[in-house]
Amino acid sequence: MTVLRAQALGKKYGSHWALKDCDLDIPAGHVVGLVGPNGAGKTTLMNLAVGQLRPTAGDITVLGNKPGSGPAQLARVGYVAQDTPTYAGLSIADHLRLGARLNPGWDDALARNRLEQLGLGLDRKAGKLSGGQRAQLALTLGIAKRPELLVLDEPVAALDPLARREFLQGLMEAAAEQELSVLLSSHLVSDLERVCDYLIVLVDSRVRVAGEVEELLATHHRLTGPRRDRLPADQQVVSASHTERQSNFIIRTEGPIHDPAWTVTKLSLEDLVLAYMDESTGTRLRPLEVQR
Amino acid sequence: MIEFHLDERSGLSPYLQLVRQVRQALRLGLLREGDQLPTVKEVVARLAINPNTVLKAYRELEHEGLVAARPGVGTFVTATLADASLAAHGPLRQELRRWLAKARLAGLDEESIEALFMTTFRSAAEEDIA
Amino acid sequence: MIWLTWRQFRAAAAMTAAALAALAAVLALTGPGIADDYASGIASCTTQPNGCSRYIETFFHDHQAPFLAVTAIVLVLPALVGLFWGAPLITRELEAGTHRLVWNQSITRTRWLTVKLGLIALASMTAAGLGSLAVTWWSGPIDKAAAGNSPGFPRMGPLLFDARGIVPIGYAAFAFVLGVTIGILIRRTLPAMAITLAVFVAVQVAMPLLARPYLMAPVKSTIELPQTKIDMLGIQGRGGPLYLSLESQVTTDPGAWVLSSRLIDASGKTVGDTVPVSTESGPCAPRPPGERSETRAEQAQSPCLNELKRLGYRHELTYHPASRFWSFQWYETAIYTVLTLGLAGLCFWLVRRRLS
Repeated sequence: MTVLRAQALGKKYGSHWALKDCDLDIPAGHVVGLVGPNGAGKTTLMNLAVGQLRPTAGDITVLGNKPGSGPAQLARVGYVAQDTPTYAGLSIADHLRLGARLNPGWDDALARNRLEQLGLGLDRKAGKLSGGQRAQLALTLGIAKRPELLVLDEPVAALDPLARREFLQGLMEAAAEQELSVLLSSHLVSDLERVCDYLIVLVDSRVRVAGEVEELLATHHRLTGPRRDRLPADQQVVSASHTERQSNFIIRTEGPIHDPAWTVTKLSLEDLVLAYMDESTGTRLRPLEVQR
Repeated sequence: MIEFHLDERSGLSPYLQLVRQVRQALRLGLLREGDQLPTVKEVVARLAINPNTVLKAYRELEHEGLVAARPGVGTFVTATLADASLAAHGPLRQELRRWLAKARLAGLDEESIEALFMTTFRSAAEEDIA
Repeated sequence: MIWLTWRQFRAAAAMTAAALAALAAVLALTGPGIADDYASGIASCTTQPNGCSRYIETFFHDHQAPFLAVTAIVLVLPALVGLFWGAPLITRELEAGTHRLVWNQSITRTRWLTVKLGLIALASMTAAGLGSLAVTWWSGPIDKAAAGNSPGFPRMGPLLFDARGIVPIGYAAFAFVLGVTIGILIRRTLPAMAITLAVFVAVQVAMPLLARPYLMAPVKSTIELPQTKIDMLGIQGRGGPLYLSLESQVTTDPGAWVLSSRLIDASGKTVGDTVPVSTESGPCAPRPPGERSETRAEQAQSPCLNELKRLGYRHELTYHPASRFWSFQWYETAIYTVLTLGLAGLCFWLVRRRLS
């Protein structure tokens, strides 16, 4: 079963493409990390997935349907928006009531247990909560709705390390318990390294790489050795840097690397993501070199 | 019951770290046959890691015949690694102590001792593979 | 959704209800007394030599301040609804980002907006309707007295028409949806409130100036000068020109809304303030000082007016008679209803298509 499928998906604001030529096919049951610098199009992709936006080009289906196409589809997808908005004037109990009134599948016991575990009193006003507590409240609303896919836009960006850990603990607990698919974004891969098993790297409105983390780690290597400008055809260069005598490549390849000249090292997930982000800056700088 | 922890700088994937921690506990006798491992939900809630990572680690342990999952109840230890090797721990430790004393006498500081041990350990491991 | 709308709106609703209740209480306590005074005053003044005009004048002046105050309340109420209920309705959500929370519950945006617009528009209309009803009832006798006064407040005139009957309900619904629409377009509360106020005031001014006079063909009638109400008749210096200024009022229909009022000569041409008639001699020449009597000023004028009548001068008035009050109220309410529905449709379109 596919949780999210995009084909040539694009969204344009005025003359600027916030997302372009996006092809994705994400299987269900994953915790999907969406990583990219600020302004890369992460929020746009998420808003398209939950039906807040309509695509300018291409197609997107979530859990087999058009996003936001009706109450039934809305019930299947939860969304914790950026900065985890809540109604400042309403109490936590009011928020639970809101969830119960607006969602047919609402699990009130789950919501109450979660908040009790967190030590959040139901009569507290959402406006008086700390950032971490507010994020937990928004997460509770998203989880207790019992969605099949939960989308979270930069949920931990504004949180301190402890609140960040607590938030991800709660999220992973829900993922384990409810077997829900999760799509969450961050501009820092370190936030997501532990939790996600599927990764999408989005840079400059385009998907650079997407796949299961394990497979990505198994197929990417760092090669260091004597200077060389070309590599075999089956080795896709992600990034390359050269000195006069030495070459340093990060490559993607399915097959083994036989060339004994290379020192081959494994990449951490963070190195891998950074390589793809560098790739984009590399392509942007290339014309300058030509001018010289 | 054991409690897992993750070392971000170990360079090992979280799944392997979990597997090793269970093996380690079995070797040291901290886990015995019949003991229950923490549930996936408990591990995930404690470490904030992906549930699939825990599932994969448990599947690996199951594959090795060390644990067995009882549906709806949990995952239980079915074997132990302690029997033979635990007895050998004492003499080996003694030898290692003696070696360490020799190394200090030869003028090696702690860092050099560690480096020497690790390089020897790695090259031996590589020879084994080859 | 109804619960959430009510939960977010209840504080404002309670405040408005309290204010309206206080107004209603004051009006209920004072209303019967005013009505009794007027009834007994009118009953006794018919025996007076001057008729009732003197009584009506004093009665009106005694109650002018509260009369204008409650009228102002009904006029301002729709604007307040637009400003404080309409404009912030969506902008508050957009500014706090909570639209992204509520739009991702299991209800569509269309339903969300339907409930919000429907409930609060209903509350706006109820508030305006109750306010107008109470004020219309309370000021009944004063309205009658106000019409005959000078300067008058005819019931059909822009001020009272806007603050009586059912039109305030239409205004409130319109102002509310206008506020919501501008809020969605501007996306920020304070500028949206300012623009809502400006647009609403502009519409309220344009309506009586540009649209309401043409809802029905006005009545045109000419009145002989001795029968009409004279504002001023006089001569500047000896042998100077004769000034004649007429009240813009239909003597037989003081509640009518006069659109134009002019003095015409025998050929039907408009005559200015000065009438080309001899003031040296004849009926329009000033009386010798001895004959002048301050108290009988009107009687003293009548020979001159009769002379002007003989020369063919008449008072021509274009107006909407007071009997059209309810027809106009229904027409105008219908117009505002159509505007409101149009804006509501725009709101739905914007919320579905434009916002994210």
